[in-house]
Amino acid sequence: MRLATRYMLRLARRRWLVRAFRKRRELRPVVDQTAAIGRSAILLLSTVRNERIRLPYFLKYYRDLGVNHFLIVDNGSTDGTREYLAAQPDVSLWHSDASYKRARFGMDWINWLLLRYGHNHWCLTVDPDEFFVYPFCDTRPLRALTDWLDASSIKSFSAMLLDMYPKGPFDLIPYREGQDPIAHAPYFDSGNYVIERNPRFGNLWIQGGPRARMFFADLPERAPALNKIPLVKWQRPYAYVSSTHMLLPRGLNLVYDEWGGEKASGCLLHAKFIHTLVDKAEEEMDRRQHYANSHEYRAYRAGIATQPDLWTKWSERYINWRQLEILGLMSKGNWA
Amino acid sequence: MSVGFVMLCHNDLTRAAQVARHWAENDCPVVIHVDRRTKRKNYDQMVQALAGLTNVRFARRYVCEWGTWGLVAATQDAATIMLRDFGQVRHVFLASGACAPLRPVDELRAYLDARPQTNFIESVTTADVGWTVGGLDIERFTLRFPFSWRKQRYAFDFYVGLQRRIGFRRRIPAGIVPHLGSQWWCLTRQTLTAILQNPDRPAIDAYFRRVWIPDESYFQTMVRQVSGNVESRSLTLAKFDFQGKPHVFYDDHLSLLRKSDCFVARKIWSQADKLYDTFLSGDPAPDLGGEPNAAKIDRLFAKAVERRTKGRSGLYMQSRHPNHDWENGVTAAPYSVFAGFADVFDNWEKWLVKSTGARVHGHLYAPDRVHFAQGETSFMGGLSDSAASRDYRPLDFLTNLLWNTRGERQCFQFGPADNQAITYFLARDPNAQISMVTGGWALRLFKSNLDFADIRREAARLQKIETDFAYVLRLPWVKARVRVWSLAEFVENPIEPLQAIVDEISPRAMRRLTEAPILTDLTGFGQFLQALRNQGMQPTLVGDFPVSENGGFGAQQRARPYLVQ
Repeated sequence: MRLATRYMLRLARRRWLVRAFRKRRELRPVVDQTAAIGRSAILLLSTVRNERIRLPYFLKYYRDLGVNHFLIVDNGSTDGTREYLAAQPDVSLWHSDASYKRARFGMDWINWLLLRYGHNHWCLTVDPDEFFVYPFCDTRPLRALTDWLDASSIKSFSAMLLDMYPKGPFDLIPYREGQDPIAHAPYFDSGNYVIERNPRFGNLWIQGGPRARMFFADLPERAPALNKIPLVKWQRPYAYVSSTHMLLPRGLNLVYDEWGGEKASGCLLHAKFIHTLVDKAEEEMDRRQHYANSHEYRAYRAGIATQPDLWTKWSERYINWRQLEILGLMSKGNWA
Repeated sequence: MSVGFVMLCHNDLTRAAQVARHWAENDCPVVIHVDRRTKRKNYDQMVQALAGLTNVRFARRYVCEWGTWGLVAATQDAATIMLRDFGQVRHVFLASGACAPLRPVDELRAYLDARPQTNFIESVTTADVGWTVGGLDIERFTLRFPFSWRKQRYAFDFYVGLQRRIGFRRRIPAGIVPHLGSQWWCLTRQTLTAILQNPDRPAIDAYFRRVWIPDESYFQTMVRQVSGNVESRSLTLAKFDFQGKPHVFYDDHLSLLRKSDCFVARKIWSQADKLYDTFLSGDPAPDLGGEPNAAKIDRLFAKAVERRTKGRSGLYMQSRHPNHDWENGVTAAPYSVFAGFADVFDNWEKWLVKSTGARVHGHLYAPDRVHFAQGETSFMGGLSDSAASRDYRPLDFLTNLLWNTRGERQCFQFGPADNQAITYFLARDPNAQISMVTGGWALRLFKSNLDFADIRREAARLQKIETDFAYVLRLPWVKARVRVWSLAEFVENPIEPLQAIVDEISPRAMRRLTEAPILTDLTGFGQFLQALRNQGMQPTLVGDFPVSENGGFGAQQRARPYLVQ
C-alpha cells in the first residue's frame, strides 16, 4: 500500500476516534455498572430503540453464551426499554435523545464506549435482532472461542448477517416476548450471496439474501451489506468505520483467507422480520434516521404494502451451526 | 514399581493442581515445576491446595519462555528431584499443566510394567522430520538464536538469514546426532540417570543452551546416546495445527478421547469441566486395553488443517475469498455448457435430461431473465431469476449455482445473445465442459419473424460476439474441456459428438444412445444464408452450407436421424 494511502487511512481512523470522543457528550449514563467489569470479561455493545419486546430473549441468549457485561445505548425509547434494561444486574445503560443518524447510526456512541471500556477485552457489537452463531456454539461457550482466537493470535472474527424470515407474511403471527425469534422465523436463503473486495478497507462486501431478492431485485447494488465483524479483541486505537461492516486499522478486516483456505467464521442470525418491522418502517419514514436516506426502509414499506412472503420452496429451515457450515455460510476453519 | 509424573505448569494452576492431586492420590509421585513468570499468589495457592500430599514436590522455578533452555533446565531439575526422592519410581512421565489422564492410572502402570525397559519418546533424525513449522530443522543445531522468536521476530528472521548467507555453522559436539520429537515423553530411571549424571553434561548443556527449541531436541537426542530401547512415539496425545500450535480439547471431544486409547491428552481447555470431571473422577473408562492409538483422532484434525489450508473447492464466502488462481478449483463441480445445440435440435433440453439425468437449464445468461430448468422463477439456494441481480455479479451467480447444486450435474445453454461476462471464467475453469456449434444462432434468426434488415444487423452482431467467444476458447491457457464444430460440420454427423458428450456427463452409464434429438428443419436455410451473403454479411461461423433447395441435408434426416449402431 502506498504511504499516502496509509496516511489517509490513519487520518480517517483518528477522525472517527475524535468524533467518538466528541459525541460522548450526547450520552447520559442511566446505570453505570462498569466498575464490575472483570479483567478478562467478554463485553457486548448495542444501540437500541423501542426493542422492549426483544430484550428478554436477547439478554438470555447472550448470557447463556457467556457474555459477562452488556453496554447498551438507549436512543430515546418510549416503550419501557430503558426501565427494563436499567433493572438488569449486568447491564450498563446510557441514554441519548440525539440524532441516531448524526451519530453515524449509533457507531460514534459505540466507538466511544469501546474506546472507554473495551480496551483489551473481547467485544461483541450486535443489534438486538442479531444472534451470534459460531462453530461449536452448541457445546462450547464464547470463552472457548475467544481463548482459541487469543491462542491463534487472531484479533477479529467475522460473522455474516443471515436474514431469517417466517413462512407467510411476517406480520401474520406476532412475535411474543421471550420467544426464540429464530424458531419464530426459521427460514433463510442458503446460496445467493455475492461478494466483492473493498480495495480501500480490505474487507469483503457481501450482499444478497431475501432482502436483495425481494426488495432490490432490480437495484441489486443498493441491497444492504451483510458482511460484519462483530467480535474484536478491542484496543484503544481501533475504530468501527461503518456499522460493524469494517474497521480500521485495515488488518482487522482481513477475516478471510486469500490463498484458498478457510478461516473460522460465524453468522449473525438476523431476526429482523417480525411483526414490529411494519410499525418500524412507518416510523422510520417519519424519522428518516436510517442509512442511505432510509432507502432500505422505503423499499420495505413499498414491499410490505403488498404483504410479501419471503419464503420460497428453496428456503432452508435453520437447524444448527453445522448446517450453516455444510452450506458454506460459515466455517470451522482450523478449529476442531 | 511405579510411575512418577513431572508436570510443567504456567497457567491455570487450579486445573494443574487437580490433575496433580489425581495422580498423587493414585500413588504416583508428582514433581511440579511452575514457570517463574507465573504470579506468586497463584503459585502459593497451588502449593496450599496440594499441601496434604506427601508424594508431591515443587521444583525450583525457572523462567520458561517458549523455545528456550528454561524448559529443559526445569525438566532436568524436576526429574532429578523425582529420582532422588522417590526410589520406587521406574518410569518418569513428563506432562504439562494442561494435560489430563485419559485412562486410569492402573492401566498405565500395568502397561509400563509390561515394558519395564522401554523408553517412550518420539525421536526422529532431523532429515526425517516432516512437522517442523518454519523450515528450521538441522539449522536449529547449527545456527545461533539470540533473539526471541515471539517478541523480536524481525531480528530473529534477519539474524537467521544473515547466518545462512554468511554460511555460519556451530559445530555439533562429537558423538551427538541431532534428533527431534514431541517434548512429552516417558523415560526409564536407567535412561534418565544416564542422561542427568553424564560426566559430559556441562558441555552438552552448554551446547544445547543455544539450540533453538531445545525441549524438542535435548532428551530426544540424548536418549539415543544412552539407551538402545527406544520406542519412538509419545504416550501423550497431542495434535498440532498448521501453525505448529497444539489443538485444544473441549467437552465435545469426550467420546473421541475415550476412543483414542492414549494415556494422557494435551491440551485440555481449562474450562472443559465435563472432560476433567470424567477423567479425574476415577470413573473407569471402557477398558480397551489396547495399544495407544491416536489415529482415530488424526482424521478429525487432519481435516481441520486441510480446511484451513485448502478449503472447499468452489466455495466463496465471508472467510474464504481466494485470489485469482489460488482458488484450488474455481467451481464446485463439473458442468456442461452448450452453445448452439438448442437451436440445432428442436427438443434438445428434453432429450438431454432424458439421456443424462442431469439438470438442464435454458439460457442462464439470457438478457430478459434467467431461464432455470422447468421455467422456475427461483432456484436452489434462493437464486432469483432477475437478470439485473444476475448481471450485477455474473460470476458469483455461476459459482453460487454450482455450489448450491453439489451432487447434481448442471447443464446450461449459452449463446452470443447472452451476457458474455463469464466467458473468460468458463475458459479457465477445468470443471467446464464447453460444447459449441458455431453459427447455431443463425438458425434462430432464420426462423424468426423479423424484417430482413434487422436480421442482417442482428446476425452481424451475434457473429461478432461469438467470434470473440471462440477466440477466448482457443487461448493457450484454457483449462476447460472445449469442443467446437461449425454448424455445417455438425449437422452432417450429429450423433458421434453427442455420444461423446453424454458419456462425459454420465461416464458410468456407458450406454449407447438409442434415441437422437430431433434435428430442426433446415429447409431453405441454405438460401437464407445466401441471402445474408447477398446483403453483404458473411456468415463465416456457420461453415460451408450448400445452397440447395432443401438446405443440403434432406428432410429424411429430420424424420429419423441415423444412429451409429
